[in-house]
Amino acid sequence: MSDASVFALLPNATSLPWREIPEWPADEFVQRTAAELDRGARLCSWFGVPERDGAFVRLVAVLAFDADNTLAVGRSMPVRGSYPSLTLTHPQAHLFEREVWEQHHLAPEGHPWLKPVRVSAGEAPANAEFFRVEGGEIHEVAVGPVHAGIIEPGHFRFQCAGEEVIHLEIALGYQHRGVETALAGGPHRSTMHQMETVSGDATVAHATAYATVMEALALGEAPLRAQWLRAIALEFERLANHTGDLGALAGDVAFLPTASACGKLRGDFLNLTASLCGNRFGRRIVRPFAAGPEVSDERAAQLLRDVTRALGDVEQALAWLWDAASVRSRFENVGIVHRSQAAAIGMVGPAARASGLVRDVRYDHPAGWHRFAQAPVVVWPGGDVFARARVRSLEIQRSGEFVREQLVVPPEADAPADIPMPAGDSLAVALVEGWRGEVCHVALTDADGRFRRYKITDPSFHNWPGLALAMRGTAISDFPICNKSFSLSYCGFDL
Amino acid sequence: MFVVDTLLHRLKRGCETMSYPDGPAPALPERHGGALRVEAERCVAGCADCVAACPTEAITRVSGHAVALDLGKCVFCSACIETCPSGAIQHTGDHRLAARTRTDLVLGGEAGKGLEELRLANALDETLRRLFGRSLRLRQVSAGGCAACEADTNVLGTIGWDLGRFGIQFVASPRHADGLLITGPVTRNMELALRKTWNAVPEPRIVIAVGACAISGGLFAGHPEVNQGADTQVPVDLYIPGCPPHPLTILDGLLRLLGRLDERRFPPRARTAHTV
Repeated sequence: MSDASVFALLPNATSLPWREIPEWPADEFVQRTAAELDRGARLCSWFGVPERDGAFVRLVAVLAFDADNTLAVGRSMPVRGSYPSLTLTHPQAHLFEREVWEQHHLAPEGHPWLKPVRVSAGEAPANAEFFRVEGGEIHEVAVGPVHAGIIEPGHFRFQCAGEEVIHLEIALGYQHRGVETALAGGPHRSTMHQMETVSGDATVAHATAYATVMEALALGEAPLRAQWLRAIALEFERLANHTGDLGALAGDVAFLPTASACGKLRGDFLNLTASLCGNRFGRRIVRPFAAGPEVSDERAAQLLRDVTRALGDVEQALAWLWDAASVRSRFENVGIVHRSQAAAIGMVGPAARASGLVRDVRYDHPAGWHRFAQAPVVVWPGGDVFARARVRSLEIQRSGEFVREQLVVPPEADAPADIPMPAGDSLAVALVEGWRGEVCHVALTDADGRFRRYKITDPSFHNWPGLALAMRGTAISDFPICNKSFSLSYCGFDL
Repeated sequence: MFVVDTLLHRLKRGCETMSYPDGPAPALPERHGGALRVEAERCVAGCADCVAACPTEAITRVSGHAVALDLGKCVFCSACIETCPSGAIQHTGDHRLAARTRTDLVLGGEAGKGLEELRLANALDETLRRLFGRSLRLRQVSAGGCAACEADTNVLGTIGWDLGRFGIQFVASPRHADGLLITGPVTRNMELALRKTWNAVPEPRIVIAVGACAISGGLFAGHPEVNQGADTQVPVDLYIPGCPPHPLTILDGLLRLLGRLDERRFPPRARTAHTV
């Protein structure tokens, strides 16, 4: 299929010269992108690159042909003012086009809901008007930005008829730290550390994406030992977050045995990560071209014993959850996102897989260690809270099996090599399947190999609209379990 | 079936809450390193290698003096320790890091000003201790945090740590709170929400800043989209450094502030200057 693509094709974790990316006038570029999406491609990222004079902007689309294991890149010729909206026919472009409009004042003509994403209005995000449902029996519920627990800030605006949510609009931007802007002209001294905190609970995923981009720009790759360690750390991250969230879901339906057990077990997985690098979130494990922290055979053996014990405990705690009819009845048929909806809005990760979409970067676009070792993709058809919880529960098993297999035979340490410099005027793409889904980093370098543009797409950027859809027709009292079943990142979205 | 299963499981596992602070503190991860110290006399004249290595400009050096290390900016990446030719900056392995003022977090520097180790927090004064010592309700505000400080604060509520046994609880409304626990550098976009939340907490109230971002802006200091920490917006009573601080460090800070640690009974672990 993708052979016929007019876009430039490249595998995950590679780069190509900027000039080799085909370009079209903006309206034709939108048409061609739409045609590619109609042929089965998926929008991984869509962003603007300002021309050097600043007045004109080029649009760039990064697409994934999952079935063909290839990515595709295209760009528009410099444009200013406006261009025809892609969102009208392909809703997965919705937030991307709003972002481009906000960052480059390039208006997508005909966009159905053009408003800010995260830009500041001084001391709060410039949210603009919310969508309102009119009617005598309609009431509006506003929640946030500061929430009732220990959780990041965001604003949720519900339009309800009694208990039933007719529409939910999610307004974010409160966590906006200027991550992308600061990358211009980089990498800087703090860049690697900032990449580890794009979303602090997905440190390994974002750090791996960044390191992979740097390696791809320099036409090299990390030592095998580092690739092995990154793959293991990525699964530790997945195990910790899946376990913690399943415990929190159990807590939200007042099923305390699993809630208590998983709260502690999540910490056990974080401590496995800490035994690698000292930090529970995996800081300092991933560095471009670097081998990473030393893992002796004894430490690998100890990790294997510890992870095996923790997995056994999680299995037991989750068995109680799945055995309980009271839990199933709370999870089933709540917060449904249909397969067609999930595909239309471009959902990724466990949430997409729980709506029956088979998409997993580790399998579709293997890079690094995943070229040699893979875990089976978990898919469940329901699209409800049950399905999302079920997918994550099964992923704990598959991820656990994967880690245990890898820990048995660590690869030999490679001889240290010189670190090559990033190529100039090149574009590199790295996708990593983090625990929430596809983390996408794209870097474009200037003539000196410094960042001209760096685009980060956290899986939450694709999936927040999924939560909004899941709430339609759902009781507002079910919002906590719907929200937790997605467990999306605010700071990863806000950047 | 699960009723029997869970009961048997609980019997088998027993009490999983740690004995600390009525017993010794649990060990930090082997490669964690704990707090840092600056041995001023080891600082080689004319050397500024660590200044250039630090990602958050936590280290400065004025000619003629030892380096000054601000643990409020430090993300504990160990780059300075790895760079230092003379071992002037060292890990202490100590989990205790909380301090009452910003200057208490600055080590080394001009002779006679900065000390080699940080000055740990004193307890609240008698009036506040009588109010909050056995019951402290906190509202947590994440203001640009990356979710790591939030996660390791959240973990204190799990059965292993059981924060509730100290009468400390995170509440769902600022009206129910005695104070705020703030994470993140305070983004411009959270200024209004933070101020409103703080105003809604009845007086007397306390504020605790957790993590390098909330203390100084951390990794994002200098970005126009953020402030340089919580104390640019509200007065802060306790600073808990780290990126993120280990849960034990956060718990130590909370108990220290409330005057609930008896360190004569269980002195901190022997300090070893180990390298990571």
